[in-house]
Amino acid sequence: MNNRKEPYQRRKQREGGHLHLFTSNSFLSEEPEGNIFPSPSLLCCCHTGVKVKDGIWSFLLSQLEKKEKKQEEERLLRANDRGFNLSFQYANNAIRTSKYNIFTFLPLNLFEQFRRLANAYFLFLLILQMIPQVSSLSWFTTAVPLVLVLSITAAKDASDDINRHKCDKQVNNREVEVLIDGELKKEKWKDVQVGDIIKLENNEFVTADLLLLSSSEPLNLVYVETAELDGETNLKVKQALTVTGEMGDSTEALATFNGEVRCEPPNNCLDKFKGTLTVNGQAYSLDNDKVLLRGCVNASLSSFLTFWSYVIVLNTVVPISLYVSVEIIRLGNSFFIDWDRKMYYPKNDTCSSKNHHTLNEELGQIKYIFSDKTGTLTQNIMTFNKCSINGKAYGELCDFSGQRIEITEKTPRVDFSWNQLADPKFIFHDHSLVETVREGNPEVQSFFRLLALCHTVMPEEKKDGELFYQAQSPDEGALVTAARNFGFVFRSRTPETITIMEMGRKVVYELVAVLDFNNVRKRMSVIVRSPEGKTTLYCKGADTIIYERLHPSCRDLMKVTTDHLNMYAGDGLRTLVLASKDLDESYMQEWRKRHNEASTALDGREERLEELYEEIEKDMTLLGATAVEDKLQDGVPQTIEQLAKADIKIWVLTGDKQETAENIGYSCNMLREEMNDVFIVAANTAEGVREELRSARRKMCPDAAEQPSVSTSRSGLFWLKKTQTVQDEKVDGEYAMLINGHSLAFALEEDLELELLRTACMCQTVICCRVTPLQKAQVVQLVKKYKQAVTLAIGDGANDVSMIKAAHIGVGISGQEGMQAVLSSDFSFAQFRYLQRLLLVHGRWSYLRMCKFLRYFFYKNFTFTFVHFWYAFFCGFSAQTVYDEWFITLYNTVYTSLPVLALSLFDQDVNDRWSSQYPQLYAPGQQNLYFSKKAFMNLTAFSCYSSLVLYFVPWAAIHDTVRDDGKDIADYQSFALFAQTCLLIVVSIQMCLDTYHWTAVNNLFIWGSLATYFAVTFTMYSNGIFVIIPSAFPFVGTERNTLNLPNVWLTIILTSLLCILPVVAYRFIVMQIRPTINDKVRHRARKEPPPAPAPRRPARRVSTRRSGYAFAHSKGYGDLVTSQRFLMKRPVKSRVMLFSHITPAET
Amino acid sequence: MMASSYNAKEEDGHHSGSSSHGGPGAMKSKKPDNTAFKQQRLPAWQPILTAGTVLPAFFVIGLIFIPIGIGLFVTSNNIKEFEIDYTGVEVDTPCYNCAKNFSWNSTTPCVCAVNFTLDQPFESNVYMYYGLSNFYQNHRRYVKSRDDSQLNGVESNLRQPSKECEPYRTSEGLPIAPCGAIANSLFNDTLTLYYIPPNGTKLSVPLTKKGIAWWTDKHVKFRNPGGSANLSTAFQGTAKPVNWRKPVYELDEDSENNGFINEDFIVWMRTAALPTFRKLYRIIQKKPNSTPTLSSGKYVLEIAYNYPVLSFDGRKRMILSTISWMGGKNPFLGIAYITVGSICFFLGVVLLIIHHKYDTRSNSAEIPN
Repeated sequence: MNNRKEPYQRRKQREGGHLHLFTSNSFLSEEPEGNIFPSPSLLCCCHTGVKVKDGIWSFLLSQLEKKEKKQEEERLLRANDRGFNLSFQYANNAIRTSKYNIFTFLPLNLFEQFRRLANAYFLFLLILQMIPQVSSLSWFTTAVPLVLVLSITAAKDASDDINRHKCDKQVNNREVEVLIDGELKKEKWKDVQVGDIIKLENNEFVTADLLLLSSSEPLNLVYVETAELDGETNLKVKQALTVTGEMGDSTEALATFNGEVRCEPPNNCLDKFKGTLTVNGQAYSLDNDKVLLRGCVNASLSSFLTFWSYVIVLNTVVPISLYVSVEIIRLGNSFFIDWDRKMYYPKNDTCSSKNHHTLNEELGQIKYIFSDKTGTLTQNIMTFNKCSINGKAYGELCDFSGQRIEITEKTPRVDFSWNQLADPKFIFHDHSLVETVREGNPEVQSFFRLLALCHTVMPEEKKDGELFYQAQSPDEGALVTAARNFGFVFRSRTPETITIMEMGRKVVYELVAVLDFNNVRKRMSVIVRSPEGKTTLYCKGADTIIYERLHPSCRDLMKVTTDHLNMYAGDGLRTLVLASKDLDESYMQEWRKRHNEASTALDGREERLEELYEEIEKDMTLLGATAVEDKLQDGVPQTIEQLAKADIKIWVLTGDKQETAENIGYSCNMLREEMNDVFIVAANTAEGVREELRSARRKMCPDAAEQPSVSTSRSGLFWLKKTQTVQDEKVDGEYAMLINGHSLAFALEEDLELELLRTACMCQTVICCRVTPLQKAQVVQLVKKYKQAVTLAIGDGANDVSMIKAAHIGVGISGQEGMQAVLSSDFSFAQFRYLQRLLLVHGRWSYLRMCKFLRYFFYKNFTFTFVHFWYAFFCGFSAQTVYDEWFITLYNTVYTSLPVLALSLFDQDVNDRWSSQYPQLYAPGQQNLYFSKKAFMNLTAFSCYSSLVLYFVPWAAIHDTVRDDGKDIADYQSFALFAQTCLLIVVSIQMCLDTYHWTAVNNLFIWGSLATYFAVTFTMYSNGIFVIIPSAFPFVGTERNTLNLPNVWLTIILTSLLCILPVVAYRFIVMQIRPTINDKVRHRARKEPPPAPAPRRPARRVSTRRSGYAFAHSKGYGDLVTSQRFLMKRPVKSRVMLFSHITPAET
Repeated sequence: MMASSYNAKEEDGHHSGSSSHGGPGAMKSKKPDNTAFKQQRLPAWQPILTAGTVLPAFFVIGLIFIPIGIGLFVTSNNIKEFEIDYTGVEVDTPCYNCAKNFSWNSTTPCVCAVNFTLDQPFESNVYMYYGLSNFYQNHRRYVKSRDDSQLNGVESNLRQPSKECEPYRTSEGLPIAPCGAIANSLFNDTLTLYYIPPNGTKLSVPLTKKGIAWWTDKHVKFRNPGGSANLSTAFQGTAKPVNWRKPVYELDEDSENNGFINEDFIVWMRTAALPTFRKLYRIIQKKPNSTPTLSSGKYVLEIAYNYPVLSFDGRKRMILSTISWMGGKNPFLGIAYITVGSICFFLGVVLLIIHHKYDTRSNSAEIPN
């Protein structure tokens, strides 16, 4: 089995562009289970149920491989030298995800299937039944269902594997241009070797880890989309080394290129890469920027044997009908989820759907939800929402009385048709701002001028007037787009100029300097010289930072603006404060000189530049503030609130930056003002992380023991499975924790993981930012490992696939671009808010139904079996059955199957409205109260009692007595009929007691089954059928001679009451003394109509917290856009061609 | 207290908002059908255990059960039953010698007589049973050891009995009819009853041997092979069960009660459910005049002792019993009804008290949110 995955990074490049790459398998990431995730374009055909795959077999294999690779300290490879590279026996590039071929299918598949305990158990039973001395029943009662189950599963496995074969073929046979012996040849991906030089065209998928050599773009830049890696749809820039970039497009140069790469062996660290490239004896260091890293979707699946399957095996009285019924119930309940109109999203016409064969009862037991942010909580759309210019707030609509009007889809939009360059997708509702800007208000104009100038956005103009912006962060894109629509259109840039259209007039600004953003500065400035020769500094940044650097004359304006900022913060908007400063020409000259010196200085360059920036960015004039909305999906805060009430912990795992994640945390109501503390773990060393986690924990829970209390227990089949559980610790107050990817990497190490888990589990909210897909999966697994809780992961992108697969239940958000998450998920729907319905309504019902089903099923079968046990004392332990063989065959399949199926498909304790009204109703599921060990013991004890009644009462009634005509009644056949009628009536009444929700179907099935019993009995014991096969129906006449006796019926009534009354009395007493939340709600539901859906209220929070600033929170592209090399290397072509068709709206 | 619950926009069909999807010619929307079934809104009755239903139920059950129980108990008590063990385990019992000296080969049966006294006269029909104890007629291997097709007169099974009959399938190369362990162990004691009036004469009590088997057994389940013309020809080529003294076609002179349809045989073949059982042996028809069927006084039971039970520590009994509408004597049902009725009533009171004590609390209990 090839232990590699399909990489799925996509290059975006302008049409006709190309680049040369150096393939290097060295960056293969490893995954424990050997599952492979093909590229987006292929995933559609590969949505097989990898999740439920068991893998002792494959696990061993990958273990072995792991070991081998562990020994590999580093990799050495040489370009254009296949012989040299082959000597290392690196893995080839072919992918195999399929499990079987034609010959191995039958044996392997049967082996796999019989590894499932349930199947093996039934096979064992079947063998037992074939031994005449042992068999008390015909062998076909087990064989027929077993063969049926096996063949259906085999057919499904076969079709899955055929798909995988097709998929592999498609991936392996995709062609790529490879440079072999100085010529470009089309090769199939599977034949590409480590060390080959390949040429990729625009929009091709990267199917191996590659080192960038050169690009057709200026500056050897390549833009790659890494949505599959970190969920960010904006393009990332990769730049080749100059030494290799110089080779350009020259095939000859590349063919003679003989660089050697020495690098780290395959690992799963996404954001780090270390290696050296040696060309002509000169060593160059390689870092992440030069490598097109492949994705790290980790498919670690734990083959999970569920509690139910243990139950199946541990009980020797379980018929195959349990197995079949459970499948039917799961299927039925998943269909109800699919059919739910309240989970249907009309906008993109998607309903919810199940994708895999799932355990939907686990939906009712979720304790932890792991959520992606982008695309899941948020729509991944940034909109310029409001602004405050010169003390006046825009963007808010008020009616005549000054009340805020809620903006809906019907609110009239501002018409931007006067501006031919306007982005038609931009929506704004406040007309006054347009009027003001068109009137020529100077403050408003300079406000937008700033937005059009101060950024690092790259424009692309395909056709005249069709502008697309490529922004490093969507916030920036939103701001520039806003400026564009208000008449200040950013059109193109060169390293030295920025061209904008100011109200239809083309103005070219000279770009003097870019004072780039970084995390410390929290601001960005540009210094531009207008055609009139005026030099101005434009600055935007976080409010606190800018406010310190304003001219005192702005004080009044600052006050007003602060009010506005608070208001925006309260609305959860991301704000930026804009300021400008006119610069004196002579001062500018002198500053530029110093700037040049500083930027070429060898030591202390950073500090010197910093000082210069500080010096010039002061005494600025406040222009205003912007508010950008990271649009949440509908109903997200409410859903989170409801889920929190249901005691479900939500952890956000996002590839986003810390600030973005924090912002969303606040706007989703996960982080709240009133929280006692929000811990931020961002240390860069293991010790630092440990210290931060510890101090957070001590603060939350000073009394807690230093060492975590891990209780080890054994569970599962024969108690072979060892489980470790970290107990929940009580914490007063509400806390939250933010941890970033770097710290998380340390925290997930073995010695720190318990510390992380303890601290994180004490917090109400945990947000992990900057995490890789693998880390997402690791976090999920950590919780799974130590909390023994059911987990759910929800996400929309390929970067979420790993955690979706790692969690018990994976949910994909559909309808967005990319289907990977959806395809690997168990459930998918269009909106995050449907999660509430999925869990609180469907999940709860599914759990309730499954538990009721299991409880009832075990009750009826235990009772049935225990009766035989008691009879054993009276028949010389000869395994004589109490009941007629026909009854035994039909008991589970005909007489009792349909009522319990109806129960487990239709039962509702309270309807959906009440379920969402009281999220606390969800809690019993999390503690697995309905099918815990205790519940199981209770039902066993009760079955025991019932069986005693069901055996000894008929026994006593029939013992040494006779019929009313003196003839036999204590004969075996009469007793069998008597006892089985008692049993069936008792279990039917028990069913009636368990049914909370009597639909027509329930009635039909319960009464129908009883009627069927009598009909079948009378038929099988009739003369006619006896005469046909006398030996098969020896009970002839029994029913006529037995069921017409009054004392038989009196006894049946007696047994029924003896079995039912204790239950009724017990339930009544419990309901009176200690009513559960369910009882209370059910009582209320009887008296009151269901609660109406609450009207949607705009969530308005009162918050004094300054919301985050709208920046990409990493170093900007300032260097790049002003790079001098930029000019030296190539003549400036039309820069607008540089970027592909990505618009801010898409990002 | 109410949760500020968020409910998804009503995207249901009842609301006009979704009309955009239903236009003619429009692509069929994936919107799920709005049926009560699919939306899980089937009309349903939701019963709930309330004080209003539970408490009356307990009292009513109690009030109904106690009288029924008393009725049953009285009826059972009015049944007269007399039982006598004639196994002959003790030295001083009449059948001790017969039991002790039992031999499979003896041609003349050992006869013993047991004296007993009925204290009360038995009215109406009196039923005479033989009872066996510690006889596992319900052992799995034993129960299976029969061929119902053969007993139903199927010719092929007469010649080729089912394998279930092993090891009583063939004897000296001939198929056994009736085959199997059950038939082989047919109860073959002969019981005769004599009344000793005060004058000392010995009056034979007339015993009816017909009408002791189920009608369905006699007329449906058991049939002689080859019609009933000549049984010995029909059974030609078969062997008698090894423990039998006579072949099956010589069980009785009456052709209506001979062969497989011999009622004693049929009664035996209806295997008992429990190791202690009684089987109807004879009926003593009530007399047309008003004299009791069996008047009180002395009786002698003469037993042709053929059936050995001591080897498995079994016991043999003879039972005389009258019958009521509810069958033979069995006080259990009456006592059980009285007990359950009383418990119900008592539980009803307890529940009432609990309800009074707690109901106010649970009713006013707010649902925490």
